[in-house]
Amino acid sequence: MAGKINGLHKMSEILRAEHISKNFTDKDVLGDITLTLNEGELICLLGVSGVGKTTLFNVLSGLTKPDGGAVLMNENAHTESDGTEWTDITGKTGYLSYMLQKDLLLPNKYIIDNVALPLTLRGIPKKEARNKASELFERFGLQGCEKKYPAQLSGGMRQRAALLRTYLCDKRVALLDEPFSALDTITRTSMQEWFLEVMDSIRMSTIFITHDIDEAILISDRIYIMKGSPAVLSDEIVVEKKKPRNIDFTMTEEFLEYKKLIKSKLSDD
Amino acid sequence: MNKKKKFQKQKLIPVAVIAVLILIWQAACSFGWVPKFMLPSPADVIKAFVTDFPLLMSHARVTLLEACLGLVIGVLTGFGCAALMDSFPPVKSALYPILVLTQTIPPVAIAPLLILWFSYGIAPKVILVVLVAFFPMAVGLLEGFQSVDQDMIKLMKSMKASKWQIFWNVKFPNALGSFFSGLKIAVAYSVVGAVIAEWLGGFNGLGVYMTRVKKSLSYDKMFAVILLVSVISLLLMEAVKIIQYKSMPWEHLKDE
Repeated sequence: MAGKINGLHKMSEILRAEHISKNFTDKDVLGDITLTLNEGELICLLGVSGVGKTTLFNVLSGLTKPDGGAVLMNENAHTESDGTEWTDITGKTGYLSYMLQKDLLLPNKYIIDNVALPLTLRGIPKKEARNKASELFERFGLQGCEKKYPAQLSGGMRQRAALLRTYLCDKRVALLDEPFSALDTITRTSMQEWFLEVMDSIRMSTIFITHDIDEAILISDRIYIMKGSPAVLSDEIVVEKKKPRNIDFTMTEEFLEYKKLIKSKLSDD
Repeated sequence: MNKKKKFQKQKLIPVAVIAVLILIWQAACSFGWVPKFMLPSPADVIKAFVTDFPLLMSHARVTLLEACLGLVIGVLTGFGCAALMDSFPPVKSALYPILVLTQTIPPVAIAPLLILWFSYGIAPKVILVVLVAFFPMAVGLLEGFQSVDQDMIKLMKSMKASKWQIFWNVKFPNALGSFFSGLKIAVAYSVVGAVIAEWLGGFNGLGVYMTRVKKSLSYDKMFAVILLVSVISLLLMEAVKIIQYKSMPWEHLKDE
C-alpha cells in the first residue's frame, strides 16, 4: 500500500496552487509559485528561514489572501469517480488543517480535550469527541497522556498531541510548519522516526515546511526548493526511496546523493 | 520537606515583625509615652472588639452586603466592558481613555455626590463600590484577552472557530490569571469603598459606626472597627486566592 505513494505521478492531484504571488508593503515575498500535491503524498518545502515558507502556508490555508494566483482543491480526489472537480479555495479557511511551529496546546485543557478541540469546535459533544480522539492515542504514542495538562508533557510529546489534533481536523490536506524545529536534535531524530511510522499508518496528504535538508529527504516523497526574493520554487526533487522508510536511510549512499544534489541546488543562483 | 520549612520561615518573618510592632505599641501606652485618649493600647482595642462584637457584626453585615453587591456588579460590568473593548477596537479607543480618566478622581470626592443623588440608603454605597471594583477588573481582563498568542488565534481561525469559540476556548482561560489578580485588588477596594461611602452618611454599616464612635471620642472602639475592616478584607482576599487555586488546577501542577 505505502509503496504506491512513490508512483505519485499516476496518483490523483488533491491540491494545486497556481501562480501564487504575495507582496507586503515593503517587500515582494512570494514570486510566482505553482505546486501540486497528490493524494496520500508528503511533499516538503525546503528553504532557508525567512524565505516566505510560512507566508505561503498562510495563503494555502486561506488565512491570507494572495495578491495573485489561486489555490484549488480537488473535491473528488478520494472518491472512485474519475473526474476531477476543482474547487477554488483561495482565501477560504477550513479546507486544510494547519499545524504551526509551536504546539499551541491550551494550557488549561487536558491533552485529550486539546486534541479533540477540532471536533468540539464543530459542535460534536465533548464525550463523543473524547471517545473519537482517544481511539488514536495509542497509534500516536500518546497513551496515558489523556488526562494530563500540556505543561506535564515533554516538547516531543506535545508535538505528537499537536499532530494528532491536526489529524483530527479531518481535512484532506495537512500543512505542517516546521513541527520539529523547536526540539533538541536527539528528540528531533526520534520524533522523525515516529513521524514516518505514523504517516505510514494514517497516509495524510501533507505539505511539510522545513529548513533541515536531512529531514526533508528522510520524510518526503517530493521536495520543492524555495529560494530567492521574491521567493520561487526553483527546483523539484523526487525522493525515489520506497516507503516505509526508517532513520537508517539517512546513512545510505543514496541519501548522501540527494543531500549533495539539494545542497548544490540551494547554493546556485 | 525543605520547601515546607522555607515556606514556614517566610511566613514567620512578617508575623514576628507585626508582633514586635504591637509590643512596642503596647509598651508606649503602658508606660504613658502617649496619652491614653490619643492612642488606645492594643489590649484596650481587643477589649473593645470583644465587648462590642455583636454590634460590630450587625454593622459588618450591612457593609459586607454593600461590598459584595457592588463587587458582583463591578466584576460583571468590568467583564462585559473588557469583552466589548476586546471584540470591537473602536469601542476600546473610545472607552479606554475615559476609564483611565475616571481613575484619577478619588472615590472620597464622589461619595458625597452619590449620597446627594441617591440618598442615605444602600444604593450610593453599592454604586461607589461598583465604581472602585470596575476598573481593576476591566483593565485586568482586557489585558488578559489581548495577551493571547496571535498564533493561537491563527490556528483557531484555520479550524474555522467562531469569534465566540475563540473567546471561550482561548481568550477567557488566558485572562483567568489577570482576572484573579484584578479581583484581589477589587475585593480590597470594595470593602474600603463601602466604608468610605458610609462615613458620609447612612444608617448602618461599619463606616457609620466609625463616625459615631469618633464623635464620642471612643478611640478604642474606632480601632476595633479598623481592625475588623482589615480582617474582612484579608479574609475576602484569601477567599479569592483559594478560588483561584481551585479553578486553575493547571497552574500548580508541580506542587502535586
